[in-house]
Amino acid sequence: MSASGTMNAGYLETLLAGQPHLPASPLAWLNALRAEAVDRVGVLTVPTQRDEEWRFTDISQLTKMSFHPVRTTISLQVADIERFYIEEATTRLVFVDGVYAPQLSSGITDNGVAVVNLEAGFAAHAAAIEPYLGRLTEFSDNVFAALNTAFLHDAALIVVPRDTSVAVPVHLLFIATQKDVVSYPRCLLLAGSGSAVTVVEDYVSLQEDAYFTNAVTEIALVDNARVNHIRVQREGAKAFHIANCAVTVARASNYQSVSVAFGARISRYNLNVQLAEEAECAVDGLALIAGRQLADTHTCIDHAMPNAVSRQMHKCIVGGSAHAVFNGKIKVRQGAQRTDSRQSSRNLLLTGKAHVDTKPQLEIFADDVKCTHGATIGQLDNEEVFYLQSRGLSETAARNMLTYAFGAEIIERMPISSLKLQLEQTVLEQTTVQP
Amino acid sequence: MIYQDSKILLEVRGLCANVSGTEILKGLDLTVRSGEIHAIMGPNGSGKSTFSKILAGHSAYEVTGGTVMFEGQNLLDLAPEERARAGVFLAFQYPIEIPGVGNSQFLRLTYNTVQTHRGKEELDPLEFDDYVREKMKLLEMSPDFLERSVNEGFSGGEKKRNEILQMAMLDPRLAILDETDSGLDIDALRIVASGVNQLANKDNAIVLVTHYQRLLNYIVPDYVHVMEAGRIIKTGGKELALELESRGYDWVGAENKAAARATA
Repeated sequence: MSASGTMNAGYLETLLAGQPHLPASPLAWLNALRAEAVDRVGVLTVPTQRDEEWRFTDISQLTKMSFHPVRTTISLQVADIERFYIEEATTRLVFVDGVYAPQLSSGITDNGVAVVNLEAGFAAHAAAIEPYLGRLTEFSDNVFAALNTAFLHDAALIVVPRDTSVAVPVHLLFIATQKDVVSYPRCLLLAGSGSAVTVVEDYVSLQEDAYFTNAVTEIALVDNARVNHIRVQREGAKAFHIANCAVTVARASNYQSVSVAFGARISRYNLNVQLAEEAECAVDGLALIAGRQLADTHTCIDHAMPNAVSRQMHKCIVGGSAHAVFNGKIKVRQGAQRTDSRQSSRNLLLTGKAHVDTKPQLEIFADDVKCTHGATIGQLDNEEVFYLQSRGLSETAARNMLTYAFGAEIIERMPISSLKLQLEQTVLEQTTVQP
Repeated sequence: MIYQDSKILLEVRGLCANVSGTEILKGLDLTVRSGEIHAIMGPNGSGKSTFSKILAGHSAYEVTGGTVMFEGQNLLDLAPEERARAGVFLAFQYPIEIPGVGNSQFLRLTYNTVQTHRGKEELDPLEFDDYVREKMKLLEMSPDFLERSVNEGFSGGEKKRNEILQMAMLDPRLAILDETDSGLDIDALRIVASGVNQLANKDNAIVLVTHYQRLLNYIVPDYVHVMEAGRIIKTGGKELALELESRGYDWVGAENKAAARATA
């Protein structure tokens, strides 16, 4: 065995060390799922840059650190976390280092709608959960998804029954409070036929030391459902954040996703969306990073059936000596005729040392399709700067405004005003250069 | 309008300029007094747009000779934003779209920046809203324009109206309108022109840069200049524009060459 193989094996063993202490679930299939995941972790290795999917992203630093599962849970008060609240999102589930915090949460159990911790949903929804939980996210060849599944216990469960709209946005707040801890946030959203819901998946930290968030989210839209999925990654500056999200969009459903990555030393977000007939998705993203941060977004939009529509706009604003990666695959399967797909990757480098790798990837196996994609990398446009200067703004003010606008265009797409304002303020603060 | 003894706003003498090593302006002279409306006409490539961008301070153009005085100060010494604050305004031929920035936010920021530098009071968002809505009536613009991103998804006519709205707000002493008529249908042209006419007064001046005579039916110039190969080669009254419309530009060039030969 090679040196790196030994290191990997040891590393994964350490991560798995806390797993036997998990209480068994009353559901046999869930215990079997965890056991299957433990087995996969035993077989898989941590990816390196030799793996095509990790070519641009070096996570060797992660494997040099030692993280352990949470041992003691920290009890937080409302005052500690209030600043993360989103005004409109009064339905809220809070997880502290991955552990459900009932005293801070205000879920829903009403008329078939459930916004609860996973085990509280078993009695009413076990049969609905089983086909999706651990099944949408393929963990057989994904060591991080396998690790998360091996530790599957607390999780945000959202079930919206048919023809039901959840009036207020649901806020899933994952808070990191302890250094050297690895947590396994997990979300499952089941949107019934003709239902509608808006969910904010939000990662924050109360401390600045290194920790590791390894998250998995699974979302299933049944026919004619509409889901707005907002993802905010604002982890601590030394954090490692690796997340996998799988979405299945059934016939005539509509999935709208806006994700922003502001935090973490190294972050990686894998998003896979599969579209059925006449399904629609808009998948937009913004990475705003500086210093020595690395933010990697890998998306795959899979047009599995005819007549589906996908729109994607991904932007990166890269300062310092930071490194952004975008890999956007659009797959159009044989028979997925009349697919209509548009993808755009736009990248703004603020310094000479900032770096971006962008890779639009089209795999088209149908012949009657409309697919466009484009990528730009660069600095601000001088004509735009001149336009603002000609209106009286200083060059610095002009550049600040254009940089802000570059990011705000993505945040504008979120359907929640207070969150929009909050995040736009972050963009403003992070992109404003003092004259 | 030409006023007796009105003061000189802009005086350009022997202006020469290059872009990427190519000489575009070759000794341009122009004097503009307050109250006047000037039209600069000429075929494509004669240097009209270059001249307007140089007045606004575009960094892509290198001034290699001549002087430009604006109200007694050397305009070429000023950065673009300083020119704007001093009272020079350029309405762009192709206004820039800024997705992500609300038009109202943008207009207020530019207005307040310029006001501050002129030693005047800033307006808070509510006061500004009243002010901008009043100005928008001038251009028959719907208040919806304030909610949208700057120029994003605006039609050609809407963009040009938004330019003149900015002119109305920033209250320049010298406004240069670069091909403001291009891409406008007849109704939009009428609205834009009527806005400009209402903004013209005895203390400011307007320079219209245009290829066609059409705009001059609506904004009547005091002087019409013909540019060719980086110089103004003929100056006349508003009737010169009509003559250009019927005869084209070639005869002006020929006449100019003949005159040059005669003096040589």
